[in-house]
Amino acid sequence: MKKKLNWNIKSKHILTAVILVCVGLMIFTVAAKFPVTPVKRVAAYAVVPFQKGINKIGTALDEAASGFRQKQKLVEENKKLQAKVDELTAENSRLTQDLGDLERLEELYQLDQQYNEYDKVAAEVIAKDTGNWFSTFTINRGTDDGVQVDCNVIAGSGLVGIVTEAGPDWATVRSIIDDSSNVSAMTVSTSDRCIVAGDLRLIDEGKLQFIHLKDDENKIQEGEKIVTSDVSDKFLKGILIGYVSEIEEDPNNLTKTGTLTPAVDFEHIREVLVIKELKQKGESE
Amino acid sequence: MRLRRKAVTGIVILVCFLLQSTVFQTLSIGSIAPNLLLIVTVSFGFMQGKLSGMWTGFVCGLLNDLFYGDLPGFYALIFLCIGYCAGFCTKIFYEEEIRVPLVLVAAGDLLYGLLVYGAQFLLRGRIELLYYLRRIVIPEMIYTILITVLLYKLLYRLNKKLTELEMKERDSIWLRR
Repeated sequence: MKKKLNWNIKSKHILTAVILVCVGLMIFTVAAKFPVTPVKRVAAYAVVPFQKGINKIGTALDEAASGFRQKQKLVEENKKLQAKVDELTAENSRLTQDLGDLERLEELYQLDQQYNEYDKVAAEVIAKDTGNWFSTFTINRGTDDGVQVDCNVIAGSGLVGIVTEAGPDWATVRSIIDDSSNVSAMTVSTSDRCIVAGDLRLIDEGKLQFIHLKDDENKIQEGEKIVTSDVSDKFLKGILIGYVSEIEEDPNNLTKTGTLTPAVDFEHIREVLVIKELKQKGESE
Repeated sequence: MRLRRKAVTGIVILVCFLLQSTVFQTLSIGSIAPNLLLIVTVSFGFMQGKLSGMWTGFVCGLLNDLFYGDLPGFYALIFLCIGYCAGFCTKIFYEEEIRVPLVLVAAGDLLYGLLVYGAQFLLRGRIELLYYLRRIVIPEMIYTILITVLLYKLLYRLNKKLTELEMKERDSIWLRR
């Protein structure tokens, strides 16, 4: 007796199979440290050139449009700036005299090198995270230019974020305002450590949150500078993050929590600098 | 030709992903950008059925995962479920119907927002659901619906063209025999 094999593949079977694949992929990645990077690289190879192209067109159009409008403005501005240059030149000569004193004092205090002496590479932001929940973006420099995973990214004077993935000519950066970002930081005047955590709820106000600040003597005031701390694994020491704007005591009476205004305007980031140097780690690596 | 349909779908997905990550991030209102990939997923699900929606969703989600996700498979799972669900409404698909896809996109985006919130925020102890609804989910939904009005028409025409081409090919073979 032959039994007819009734093997109809229905859509729900396929659905179940694909769902299992997805779940399996997730578990596999978490449990077995599945190497996703090669796959990502292949995908990026196809997509990133387009993103670059679109970005270039956008920038060109933007500049063409705003070029005319800004011309008049620039002439005016130029006049003002010229006046300022004169003023500043005078001031500069005065300050140069002070610089000698400063250098001597710096040597005296054995201050560490400023982060503007690190080897850096400039990069443009070419694409942003497609969702609205996280703040990550893609830049147009990668391992070919010395950008590696965990490289620190700065813009202007402050910390922007950290490289989370890097391909030959692209890298993904997670900014410090991202909701899942945590940076070990410290205050400049007292070297008290705290954690600077991104919070989606504060992005609108353009602020960051800091938690676990130990400040027994109530020395920290609004306006205090917060920089990356020396104990952070991944962030180089002494990069400016922002200024304290609010501070209050935690219910436990031991630590303080508050918000700080970042030094970088995260809404309008277009160019960033990537510090090629990585934070030195212990021997355990 | 099945292959042509697949290729066209692939190109549409890629273009939408590129636009979403570049142009629409610049056009974002209050740092909210529309979710084009979701529109594509729901539209294909609605126009072509469950399986088509599911695969479209899978590819869209996977692209998202590969570029901006922490956990590969997470977005793929969400998108494929949404695409599959949209496919249930394919029976009421007829010409120039735009209300159903609008409702479907709205529901899909709401579901997407809630799932992302639940898995990535709630589990980390961010419990103010209402805040996130007001700040991210609802604005994204509204913006996405507005874009759907335009994008769905384009996708609909594309689908119509493809169907017509397929019909023509089938007929011609039939006549030759």
